[in-house]
Amino acid sequence: MSLQSDRDRQSFDQSARLVPRQGGRPVRIEKARKPLQALYRLIIYLLPHRWSLVLVILFVVLSTIAGLGGPYLMGVAVDRYIASKNLAGLAQISVAMLVIFLMGNASDAASSWIMARVSQAALKRLRKELFEHIQVLPMSFFDTHPVGELMSRLTNDIEAINQAVSQNVVSLLSSVLLMAGILITMFIINLWLALASVVVVPLMLWFAEWIARYTRKGFRQLQKQLGSLNSVMEESISGQRVIKAFRRNQSVIEAFRQSNQEVYKAAVFANSYALLLMPITNQLGNLFVIAIAGLGGWLAIQGLTTVGDIITFITYARNFVNPLRQLSNIYNAIQAALAGAERVFEIIDTPPEIPDAPNAYAMPSLEGDVRFDQVYFGYNAEKPVIKNMSLEAKAGQTIALVGPTGAGKTTVANLITRFYEINKGRITIDGKDIRQIKKDDLRRQIGLVLQDNFLFSATVMENIRYGRLDATDEEVMEAARLAEADHFIRQLPQGYQTVLSERASNLSQGQRQLLAIARAILADPGILILDEATSNVDTRTEIRLQSALLRLMEGRTSFVIAHRLSTIRDADQVLVIRDGEIVERGTHTELLQQQGFYYQLYMSQFRGEPI
Amino acid sequence: MKDIGELLSFVKPYWKKSLLALILLTLVVISDLAIPRLVQRVIDQGILKGDMQVVIHTFLLMLAISVTNMIFAIGNNNLSVQVGESVARDLREALFLKIQSFSYGNLDRLQTGQLLVRLSSDTTVFQRLVQISLRIGTRAPLLMIGSLIFMFNTDRNLALAMMPLLFLTLVIIVFYVSRTSPLYMTVQKKLDKLNTLLQENIAGVRLVRAFVRRDYESQRFEVQNEEFTERNIKVMQFMATMSPVLNAMVNIGIVAIIWGGGWQAIQGGVTTGQLAAFINYLQTTLSPLMIMGNLANVYAAASASAQRIQEILTTQPEIQDLPDAQPVPELIHPKIEFERVAFHYNSNYETPVLRDVNLEIRGGQKIGILGSTGAGKTTLLNLIPRFYDVTQGELKLNGADVRQLKQDSILEQIAIVPQETVLFSGSVRDNIRYGRPQASEDEVIAAAKAAQAHEFILNLPQGYDTHIEERGVNLSGGQKQRIAIARALLMRPAILLLDDCTSAVDLETESKIQAELETWMRDKMVLFVGQRISSVMNADQIIVMDQGRISAIGKHQQLLKTSPIYQEIYASQMGNGVKEGV
Repeated sequence: MSLQSDRDRQSFDQSARLVPRQGGRPVRIEKARKPLQALYRLIIYLLPHRWSLVLVILFVVLSTIAGLGGPYLMGVAVDRYIASKNLAGLAQISVAMLVIFLMGNASDAASSWIMARVSQAALKRLRKELFEHIQVLPMSFFDTHPVGELMSRLTNDIEAINQAVSQNVVSLLSSVLLMAGILITMFIINLWLALASVVVVPLMLWFAEWIARYTRKGFRQLQKQLGSLNSVMEESISGQRVIKAFRRNQSVIEAFRQSNQEVYKAAVFANSYALLLMPITNQLGNLFVIAIAGLGGWLAIQGLTTVGDIITFITYARNFVNPLRQLSNIYNAIQAALAGAERVFEIIDTPPEIPDAPNAYAMPSLEGDVRFDQVYFGYNAEKPVIKNMSLEAKAGQTIALVGPTGAGKTTVANLITRFYEINKGRITIDGKDIRQIKKDDLRRQIGLVLQDNFLFSATVMENIRYGRLDATDEEVMEAARLAEADHFIRQLPQGYQTVLSERASNLSQGQRQLLAIARAILADPGILILDEATSNVDTRTEIRLQSALLRLMEGRTSFVIAHRLSTIRDADQVLVIRDGEIVERGTHTELLQQQGFYYQLYMSQFRGEPI
Repeated sequence: MKDIGELLSFVKPYWKKSLLALILLTLVVISDLAIPRLVQRVIDQGILKGDMQVVIHTFLLMLAISVTNMIFAIGNNNLSVQVGESVARDLREALFLKIQSFSYGNLDRLQTGQLLVRLSSDTTVFQRLVQISLRIGTRAPLLMIGSLIFMFNTDRNLALAMMPLLFLTLVIIVFYVSRTSPLYMTVQKKLDKLNTLLQENIAGVRLVRAFVRRDYESQRFEVQNEEFTERNIKVMQFMATMSPVLNAMVNIGIVAIIWGGGWQAIQGGVTTGQLAAFINYLQTTLSPLMIMGNLANVYAAASASAQRIQEILTTQPEIQDLPDAQPVPELIHPKIEFERVAFHYNSNYETPVLRDVNLEIRGGQKIGILGSTGAGKTTLLNLIPRFYDVTQGELKLNGADVRQLKQDSILEQIAIVPQETVLFSGSVRDNIRYGRPQASEDEVIAAAKAAQAHEFILNLPQGYDTHIEERGVNLSGGQKQRIAIARALLMRPAILLLDDCTSAVDLETESKIQAELETWMRDKMVLFVGQRISSVMNADQIIVMDQGRISAIGKHQQLLKTSPIYQEIYASQMGNGVKEGV
């Protein structure tokens, strides 16, 4: 037997847990496109634990039997022993009742206990597979899926699956079993009373469905309104400085008020229906009891039933209402889980990067001759971003890539690292096609310093060591010294052990750049790509970075992408890229003499400069 | 605790509805309690005495009670929802108004993300507390007290016998509840770690790939995944025992009633109907205990949220007009004076952002400001419209200390183009008209032309009616900057502040804009911050800033000769190659 207000408790449990995990937003109402397929694939994750699951089912059945048997014995006790004043029998049946009740409770605990481990083990595996798959997804995937969106999707979806697997599956099973069991037992005990009770059931189901329909509609509307309120809030808060400067606070507040009022209306509608389920089923539960008492009374006087049966029935009635109330909750949760699972599987099903060819070369070290032979590339086939590009970089040379924004400079760099696969032509390193080289070896030999370098929330030491995991502390510090980062690192509160905060907001741009350079020095790659490595710092800081960069470039084939022409002067070759094509090439002085596109770029930078 | 109390003032306007909700709830509880008693009557007076009249009467009475009860319950439900949502709406509005009143200094200390969380989640959490309190909160104690009274009323000895059981249940609930939040907190911590790892892995994907750290990352993830899973299993297993243990208590009670009560019934002490009623009451007494236990969780969450909400609501805007603040007269000949100005963002910061700034600028001048990042250029600009107040010294606008002036009247005559372009969703036209919504079409076009934006705007799909998506994703950086400049020009300001706002505009266009400014801002004042020497070169005066000080002021040629910092910046941008090449 369970407590009367299980539904109260459940709604509490959920709200209490919703707070930290989902930010208190209302339940999402959504459906999977192919629920059966998602379900099938989720079940695969549970299969390794099938014996545990069998045990869970066993315990659920036991608990159902106890839930049915307890009240039945109660009726027997009243009719047979209390009515016949049999004290010894009463004691015996009481002990039997106690045993059955406690067995039921123990079974409940056991099934939840086992299920906790099963569900979490399955989820752990799902998370692991997901993470490992993310590690091999093609780079283009991340172009179309921004981090924030991806993160909120993953966390919400996995949490939805978690809720369903760890709680709802067992409650669904036990609810259905208990309800079926109660109905059957009722018919066995007394046909007439059972028939009367059965009339109440469709009434309840109809109410539940009626409410659910409006609830779904209401929440959909609420979600829409919340969405627009959120964008109003986000825009006005992130743009607040401008709003203030242009004294537009009043109109912004007006827009907010309107949107806020719409949310209020939608929320009142949605929640009025959503929360109605409890009071209504509560009262229907009462109605159930009343019907049994009334009809039972009449039947008992006719001699068609006994007081004990009525007491049993009333208890059954109360127990019958609880699972019924939970069913619609469980239904929604399972729907949400399946929709979430579908999205998670979508990621897992995204084809990974092209794997290495079976006969791919290992490349533990390289000279650094890089060649492009008539390379074509486009993110989609119709729109080539790189057209007929040929270039040759000899080992140790510095190649500057120059051109307007969007000309394709960064794409060139991404092709060398094989972040993207070319459509046509050939890229070779030391004469070997890069598609024939083991991808890991290839990437290990290429160092990247980007415009906005990513630092992990870890210590400075760990961040530099990311370049070479087996480096000793001394080697890390040596790399930092070469990158001219040692000095400022030592001035940080805990030196090399200082933990960088998320996105390293406790460092300046220039300092972050120096750490990235140190990291690249430690990795000791044969080929180096500097993608706008100094464009986020002001020109004076840049000069300081420059000497560290020069040291890094020493003896390596370097591709330098920069918009500041001053960094390009010393390159062995300057390649001018425009609309995905190399339009001019040569040294800085040669190109100036040509008076072509480069000359124009150059002159517009320093136009009218009297010297 | 205290914070929840403070926020209760938001419920006050709805006290009538709240009271009505509680009255309805009380009625519901009372009739809920009456039902077992009436069932008992059916058994004792009806069935056992064979009196059909009693059965029928009681049945009809119960039916009537149940129907009115349902109406009351629905009423309570709707009122609670209304009050809860009204409170949430009012809280959101209060927070939003407060945030709108914040000045730059306040905003620096808060992150947009945090503020949004407070506006959405924290208000929702509090709303839930209000709504649940009205819907269930009072139901629990009422039910419990009511059941206890009825129990004692039905049979005093049996009721007394139940007391140790009730007490034990209470202890068990307190035990579980007191552990719930801290336990979930430990799980949440592990989950946060796991999520941070995932987030950094995705955000830093280029790096992870370039350094081939797949296995390393997977290993780290596996460790966190394992830790989180184990922790979560432990907590879930602990929580899984709560409801069976409590149910066991109820069951023990029921068996005790059947046995002890049955024994008494055999002796003739109690009737069968009383036994049935007793079992019902026992259930209704224990369940409120559990509800209250869970309410404690909601309360704890709401208390944390209330604290965060209060933090915002009690923050005073740093900059407020003095009670006797005067409006600025029309600035026909604007004049700005900095007198020994120093500024730091917060008082315990060791190095001030600006120090010892003395400066006088008059109308008709175009002033360029140059210096490395962190030199204080933006701060200097932000002091003029009083986005921040000086820490020391004085800033005067046409002879009056800005702190004595009404800020709105200053802002009416100053236009600013910030470094980071912010556009709003709406048409291009609405964005340009942002500072002067009543401006005519001709004025809008004139401003756009001066900002060199007219041509590209005409080339947009719907020209001036083109909708700017959120944060202007459908425009290039240079286009956004030019719209922001047009927006400022349309205000016909007496003072125009441009904060490095042409960085994404090509040099030719930049010089056209500068030429337009000459006529547009004739006799007025323009201050512009630049990174490139080429953008400040032609200014009437160039202010060179270095580590919060004005290091030099003068014209280009003059500074080239006298200012080492200017020379250094010049060299870094032009390099030696320029001299060779040109």
